[in-house]
Amino acid sequence: MKHGSSSPIILLLSRVLSPYIMLFGMYVIFHGHYSPGGGFQGGALLASSIILIRIAMEEKVHQLHFNKAYGIPLGAVGVLIFFGVGFISLIMGGYFLDYSLLPFPGMITAELRFYGILLIEVGVGLAVMTILVAIYDNLLEEDDDESI
Amino acid sequence: MHWELEIVLYIFLVISAVVSLHVKDLLTAVVSLSVFSYILAMLFVSMGAIDVGFTEAVVGAGITGVLYVVMIFRTTRRTND
Repeated sequence: MKHGSSSPIILLLSRVLSPYIMLFGMYVIFHGHYSPGGGFQGGALLASSIILIRIAMEEKVHQLHFNKAYGIPLGAVGVLIFFGVGFISLIMGGYFLDYSLLPFPGMITAELRFYGILLIEVGVGLAVMTILVAIYDNLLEEDDDESI
Repeated sequence: MHWELEIVLYIFLVISAVVSLHVKDLLTAVVSLSVFSYILAMLFVSMGAIDVGFTEAVVGAGITGVLYVVMIFRTTRRTND
């Protein structure tokens, strides 16, 4: 599959539309407590904005804002955030993902639960975004290997 | 939602599913599958499952369509052998 298109309409439209999709994905992640949505949906929206740029732009430009090499390591960081919050509350003497025992000083229980859920959503969103972009990159990578 | 509108949505759901199964061109099948997924998301929202409908609209109509199109462009009509 060859990259890039010479049509200026497609270039302009994808360039204008991509930051708004990314902003809506951030909104979905950070308002996941009290509205529909959450980490998975917000991460999928962020990944779709990055994939839109990758389809539309040329080969030289389309990896400038998210490089191919960052895909798998950032996904591992997202999984580490999720399990880190879970195991911290497990070490502090509660159950797995028991947010009220997180060791943040000077917070009441409701605030601890709020920020604990926020950390979980950020970790899940990061993992979903990077892994979906890595799947897309990996599908295109094998094309070059077979042609040799 | 009014029941007349829901019946219209169900009819278009069945039509898009049958079209995506029986059409010869693969790209048309992928576009019809995206239409199916979006109508299904609207039906989920009308039944009160907003979270499920949101996930269906993002993943079914957005990500999997792109991945299917990439895989179709990597296939060839005739074999190289």
